[in-house]
Amino acid sequence: MTDTASVSGGERKSADWTFETLEYYEQAIARIAREYRLDIYPNQIEIITSEQMMDAYASVGMPVGYHHWSFGKQFLSVEQSYRRGKMGLAYELVINSDPCIAYLMEENTLMMQILVMAHACYGHNSFFKGNYLFRAWTDASAIVDYLVFARRYISECEEKHGVETVEQLLDACHALQNYGVDRYKRPSPMSPEAESKRQEEREAYLQAQVNALWTTIPTHDAEHLSDRAVTDSEDPLALRAPFHYPPEPQENLLYFIEKNAPLLAPWQREVVRIVRKMAQYFYPQRQTQVMNEGWATFWHYTIMNQLFDEGLIDEGVILEFLQSHTSVVAQPTFDSPYYNGINPYALGFAMFSDIKRICEHPTDEDREWFPDIAGSNWLDTFHFAMANFKDESFVQQFLSPKVMRDFKMFAIIDDDQDDMIEVGAIHNEQGYRRVREALSAQYALGQREPNIQVWSADVRGDRSLTLRHLVHKRRPLDQSVYPVLRYLHQLWGFPVKLDSLDGDDVVHRYQWPLPDAS
Amino acid sequence: MSYFIDRRENAKHKSAVNRQRFLQRYRKHIKRAVEDSVNRRSITDMKRGEKISIPDRDISEPVFRHGRGGDNTIVSPGNKEFNEGDRFNRPSGKGGGDGSGEGSASNQGEGVDEFAFSLTREEFLEFVFDGLELPNLERKQLLDIEEVKPVRSGISRDGIPARMNVVRSMREAYARRIAMRAPIRRALKEAEEALAEEEGKEPALRNKLRLEELRAEIDQLKRRLEAVPYIDTFDLRYNNMTNQPVPSNKAVMFCVMDVSGSMTQAHKDIAKRFFLLLYLFLERNYEKIELVFIRHHTAAKEVDEEEFFYSRETGGTIVSSALNLLDEVIETRYPPGQWNLYVAQASDGDNWDDDSTTCRQILSDKIMHRLQYYAYVEITPHAHQALWDEYERVAADFPDRFAMQQIVEAGDIYSVFRELFRRREAA
Repeated sequence: MTDTASVSGGERKSADWTFETLEYYEQAIARIAREYRLDIYPNQIEIITSEQMMDAYASVGMPVGYHHWSFGKQFLSVEQSYRRGKMGLAYELVINSDPCIAYLMEENTLMMQILVMAHACYGHNSFFKGNYLFRAWTDASAIVDYLVFARRYISECEEKHGVETVEQLLDACHALQNYGVDRYKRPSPMSPEAESKRQEEREAYLQAQVNALWTTIPTHDAEHLSDRAVTDSEDPLALRAPFHYPPEPQENLLYFIEKNAPLLAPWQREVVRIVRKMAQYFYPQRQTQVMNEGWATFWHYTIMNQLFDEGLIDEGVILEFLQSHTSVVAQPTFDSPYYNGINPYALGFAMFSDIKRICEHPTDEDREWFPDIAGSNWLDTFHFAMANFKDESFVQQFLSPKVMRDFKMFAIIDDDQDDMIEVGAIHNEQGYRRVREALSAQYALGQREPNIQVWSADVRGDRSLTLRHLVHKRRPLDQSVYPVLRYLHQLWGFPVKLDSLDGDDVVHRYQWPLPDAS
Repeated sequence: MSYFIDRRENAKHKSAVNRQRFLQRYRKHIKRAVEDSVNRRSITDMKRGEKISIPDRDISEPVFRHGRGGDNTIVSPGNKEFNEGDRFNRPSGKGGGDGSGEGSASNQGEGVDEFAFSLTREEFLEFVFDGLELPNLERKQLLDIEEVKPVRSGISRDGIPARMNVVRSMREAYARRIAMRAPIRRALKEAEEALAEEEGKEPALRNKLRLEELRAEIDQLKRRLEAVPYIDTFDLRYNNMTNQPVPSNKAVMFCVMDVSGSMTQAHKDIAKRFFLLLYLFLERNYEKIELVFIRHHTAAKEVDEEEFFYSRETGGTIVSSALNLLDEVIETRYPPGQWNLYVAQASDGDNWDDDSTTCRQILSDKIMHRLQYYAYVEITPHAHQALWDEYERVAADFPDRFAMQQIVEAGDIYSVFRELFRRREAA
């Protein structure tokens, strides 16, 4: 690396960064970002060592986290791949919080630090602040305090009830954490002060609610009961008639457990709640990977180029940058040994770059496909796209024939009732829409993860809990369903059943405990 | 608005707790892997960590997810020659679902993926010696106190500057300043009040002389006030240290080995591994360890490590020669009051027949009562001879301090070692 631009006009001959250079470039980036109307949370940029970076990785970037063996596992695997040089740690780690915390590793070259600042502190940061999912589901200003609360609460539980007990509970909750979100209801924002203030109150209240639900005397001949006619002479008011609870299926399994599991102690309900809140916090990230990375990558690319155009960085830096950028947005083809699915950086960057192109230099094809945005102000369109979509809808709305052609996308239909696989559509006139449809579906969380809901809790009978899995395209559940049901059974305390329904037919029944072999 | 924070000085190893939790949870797996590795690797490189693999299925965190099967459509990049409607056989090893055509071929096989990670050296040894303890690790008593350790014992008025307790000294100084200044302050206040009163009078009524006096007094009081020293040698306090006797933390390990003609190099290698294991183990428990190597055939000799393991000898075997030398070395150089004594003896069991009885007598009468522990390993696939029988009698007399085991091949060492040092329930 040769010289980089200077702070005060003189030439700086070093790839090493100093705090002065960092601040200088941070301000330059901030100025450029303002020109592009990137609205951000204040940045808290932390310089850390590579060891600290590994710690940060292991705790999913959370500055504080409760203790659990699974984070240790994560740490060991990060450490292993880092030691073997399989993984660069450098790229980015940024936390959706206000102020937005981003990490710069001290080993990075100056170019890398500039790049990470542009990418994380302005790219991701503005995405966190602007995208509707993040706005609806996370409260950036409260997350760090909530994490502190969660960690303290869980340590206290460990002291009171033993590390192993708490670990068991967390294991069970983690197994269900993808089902800890109300997908269609906006959550109430989390506030740490209120959280701890209300916590005791809530413990009592929750317990009271649960008690009310369960203060019925279990009748052991539940099956017999349900056969009985409603108008029984011995039960004229139908007090013992089948009673369906919950009245509506519940998709938020953890919430249902927290509120209704009959045997959980109040502190256990609070732990369930903590895991649920964490899952909710990560919920938007799981659905905006392509957009979020694409957005950040587009901005670091744009900002770096502008820094170069303005003469603030020289050829050496920009070449080093381009090398790094190219490897980030590389998309190996499906038959490459390096292929590991579609690279969200590559697809996101290509799509955002293409939106800009469509706005600025539309072709006839673009006018036909994107009549609304072809020729519009690209920056307006950009901010609109960033704010109002998630991966699924973003692909559906903005994936252009050109990007499909560039990626040479094709859709394979792999149906287990067919002994061969078939190419369903390719990147041509007849195929564009179907490829786009299929790719969009690939990013839909509702299709990626099995649709499982709480169907009923037999509050008056054997207290068993029944879940329903609505089968989509005949896709079965993985064998992991059994350990998960076992965890669910631990939380619920009574038998747990899961029915897979295809249409109205039950195609598979799972239960825990397993029925006796006899 | 942005700001930078330098966190490099902050604690690293934030994940240490989680790492420990993980190791704890998978103790059984890790222990098995460590045992395999100990048997496999040469004991000379015991001192590095180890890569451990645990099968993924044992370590997975289950969640609800789709299994293979059903009707899937997968979009992939990089089409070269496909056209809509082309049909292929399903690539082997994949049942669809998460597959993407022939793309992830590297993932084929039994599907037993491993979770691999590294243990540090400390963690590795922790697992190697887990569940073991040194017998009779009662540290040598305090009777002939030879070792002392300075410990903090309060505060004293004198000491060396390096031990000065700044906080306590400043507190003393503060108290003294208050005490010494108070009367001066009081007098000063009175004088100033009197002066003010005098000055408050009509100019004609002022007593010039009195004014002068008061001013002079005030000046003098102020000077006295300033003269009170900020800190005085009188204030200084020092951390007091007294010498406390400590149990000896030194151990000496005697390696006794038969080097007669019947001991092959393979025997010696096995013995060497055994000695090294013991050394590593002792090292974890004592701050300082000395090694004494005694080898013998018909005569015994104290030698250095190199010679001990690698020089060749021939001839017959008289074990008692080594025991006599051992006794002599203990007598002259390692008074049992200061040293924790461990003896490890390796032999193939050969001895002159009538010497074995002598060995038992030397052990019982002279040596055993001074030792922490005596471990005897016999490296032979054959039947035991007289020495073993005699040693069994010693073992019966000193059940806590004398242990013996037989090793047939190198793979046995670790388990024999574990057997010798197994944590015993308090009798």
